[in-house]
Amino acid sequence: MAEDIYQPLDQDIHTEPMILQMGPSHPATHGTVRFTLTLDGEKVIKCDTEVGYLHRGFEKECENSTWTQVFPYTDRLNYVSPLLNNFGYALAVERLLEIEVPERCNWIRTIMGEISRLSDHLTCVGAGGLELGAMTAFLYALEGRELVWDLIEEVTGARLTVSYGRIGGVKDDLTEDFADRWAYTRGRLQEIHANTHKLLTRNRIFLDRMQGTGVLTPEMGISYGYTGPVLRSTGVDYDVRKDHPYFMYGEVDFDVPVGDTGDNYDRYLVRMEEITQSIRIIDQCLERMEPGPVNSDDPRVVLPEKEKVYNSIEGMINHFKIIFEGIQVPPGEVYSYTEAGNGELGFYIVSNGTGKPWKIHVRSPSLIMMGGLHHLIEGGLLADIIPTFDTINMIGGECDK
Amino acid sequence: MSKKLIDFVAKHFADEVLDSHSRLGNDTVVLKRDRLPEIVERLRDDESTAMNMLRAITSVDYLNRIPRFEVVYVLYSISKKHMLTLRVVVEEEDCTAPSIHHLYGAAGWMEREVWDMYGVEFDGHPDLRRVLLYEEFEGHPLRKDYAKQASQPRLDLLVRERDSVEEFNVFYKSKPSEGSRDS
Amino acid sequence: MGLEHQLPEVLTTRLESAVGWARKHSLFQYPFATACCGMEYMATASSRYDIARFGAEIPRFSPRQADLLWVVGTVNHKLAPFLRRIYEQMAEPKWVMAFGVCASTGGFYDNYATVQGIDKIIPVDCYIPGCPPRPEQVIDGLLALQSKIQAEPWMKYAYEEKAKRRAEMERSGNPLFTPIDGQET
Ligand code: SF4
Repeated sequence: MAEDIYQPLDQDIHTEPMILQMGPSHPATHGTVRFTLTLDGEKVIKCDTEVGYLHRGFEKECENSTWTQVFPYTDRLNYVSPLLNNFGYALAVERLLEIEVPERCNWIRTIMGEISRLSDHLTCVGAGGLELGAMTAFLYALEGRELVWDLIEEVTGARLTVSYGRIGGVKDDLTEDFADRWAYTRGRLQEIHANTHKLLTRNRIFLDRMQGTGVLTPEMGISYGYTGPVLRSTGVDYDVRKDHPYFMYGEVDFDVPVGDTGDNYDRYLVRMEEITQSIRIIDQCLERMEPGPVNSDDPRVVLPEKEKVYNSIEGMINHFKIIFEGIQVPPGEVYSYTEAGNGELGFYIVSNGTGKPWKIHVRSPSLIMMGGLHHLIEGGLLADIIPTFDTINMIGGECDK
Repeated sequence: MSKKLIDFVAKHFADEVLDSHSRLGNDTVVLKRDRLPEIVERLRDDESTAMNMLRAITSVDYLNRIPRFEVVYVLYSISKKHMLTLRVVVEEEDCTAPSIHHLYGAAGWMEREVWDMYGVEFDGHPDLRRVLLYEEFEGHPLRKDYAKQASQPRLDLLVRERDSVEEFNVFYKSKPSEGSRDS
Repeated sequence: MGLEHQLPEVLTTRLESAVGWARKHSLFQYPFATACCGMEYMATASSRYDIARFGAEIPRFSPRQADLLWVVGTVNHKLAPFLRRIYEQMAEPKWVMAFGVCASTGGFYDNYATVQGIDKIIPVDCYIPGCPPRPEQVIDGLLALQSKIQAEPWMKYAYEEKAKRRAEMERSGNPLFTPIDGQET
């Protein structure tokens, strides 16, 4: 047989290890990452990951802004799901201030957060298809993302960098026809979801590239601090939304999908299932939310209404103080965490009692996942890096801060 | 939150604890520096605590305070679902902390990041390189005495490549017939 | 019946406009996507906005095959040498588009890490403002670049070579070289 002929040959061929630089500008590393690979033939023996090509001094910028001015910077952390970062940061500061937000605000945050998660997962799945040659899946996913972004634009006024969160509330209520628009988007998204399943899930090429590559074990995942869909694909059902419910996640009913082998294919399936679950959460929220105020009434943090600002001296002074001096946050520190698109997004915030944060540390899931990435890559083929890197879904802004 | 974890640390390592409090849902213990790996290992391996995940390591620079730095470790238990924050004080003159990279895989990169940004060295770390910045960078940007805009370009940025383009522009303005015409 | 049947067999035009026309409608692009703007670049390139309508369809991930370098997103000091290198690898004629305020001016990241506009490193032909620019704006920027390409004299690059050589000779102090105005010897 053919294999027998080649076997002795194979053993005799002595290959020198070759060192290959992959990145920092490589089409499949959708951020800018550099791998220094040591190859034996096509097999990766050693991989050294280098990040930081998008380091923009997030933490330094935050220390020089008022608490409210930090929002635009958080948008650009995980720029595929900016709303989740907004709300994560708002929640952290609210914990430090010990204020409660009104119920409707929590409903809105849940809805908008899940919409953002949809955009994140769609991008990840679509781009993954694109890199394995399935251009059609990418175009479908992008169409879905455009629809989702239309909804976001309707509510927040921007497509991508939204700055919709506020400390003690959100910028504005949902628009009146939001539910109708959602009904349309929902139908279309479900079609797209079904089409993507048809295109990819049983596709031979896709299966061959994804199954059994980039395998993560649960022990390693926990030890390396992996969270989010990547950890869940190994069978550990750690989801902040379920384990430590915040906003309205305690009230709604949803499942946390878990995989069992922890390979690329499982990660893809977990993301696809999470899309369904997000749609389910949004449906329930829209059904159950009641009209009401969306901002807390604490004058320390929320800007007074324009009418008061222009017509009364207290209102004006209050407005002036919040804008110029910033919200006064009592001294202390807090570690607050939420479930973002890629995993647990934590903010460790230190305040010294002034209008500017003394320190903001982001526990960005991507950076921590990049720390253990070489274990997924080593021992595999060079070509397997591409699906692995995609399903990890490293986002540059979040990873490099 | 119960103070179970704080009591656990206080019981087994009473000499090491400088302070402890439970505020805003975070249990915090402030520790002396030297026996940290031992404490973390105990917290990780003991049945009743089982802190099997390291959420974050970071540092805080309190500029005018002595000791100046604090290294913060956030531990979490996936099975027990509880969290503990450990804070370790570090002096400015002796800016080191013991490494815990052998206990958690994630610690390696987190410690590199802290070294990169704050210049806290981790004793025993096998590969303490910069993560986010580049080798040629001097200083540690998140220290409070590092100026925000003090950039250190890797390239000599002001060499303009296309001086010739400007020269051409001057040329064809003076002799339009030789250059481009509107089309 | 296509339009070509209505045309005469021979069309006359100037060579320069014909070359400009061909160049502007066959831009091979190299997306140097680093940050958030990359998401809008993806949106512009795919289903809804479809940049292929303007002849800038094919992304080439090798700088040697590309004419148009899109710098999409923030460039920091760590990345700067790579950007310069990629630009130098591209063959003439080449154009550079700064996509978003970060690439144009550094945007609102005014700190130790970021380059305050890529024009500090490489020449830029067209700036698209916005953080991130909307796809419509990107297309507008592309059209502006196309009209610029059309207006470019087609011998520009040959001229540039000459000018470069002249500058070099001047720098090296070659005695055979005499400045044009002839005031020095
Ligand atoms: S211009 Fe704005 S959206 Fe674009 S890369 Fe810069 S920060 Fe991101």
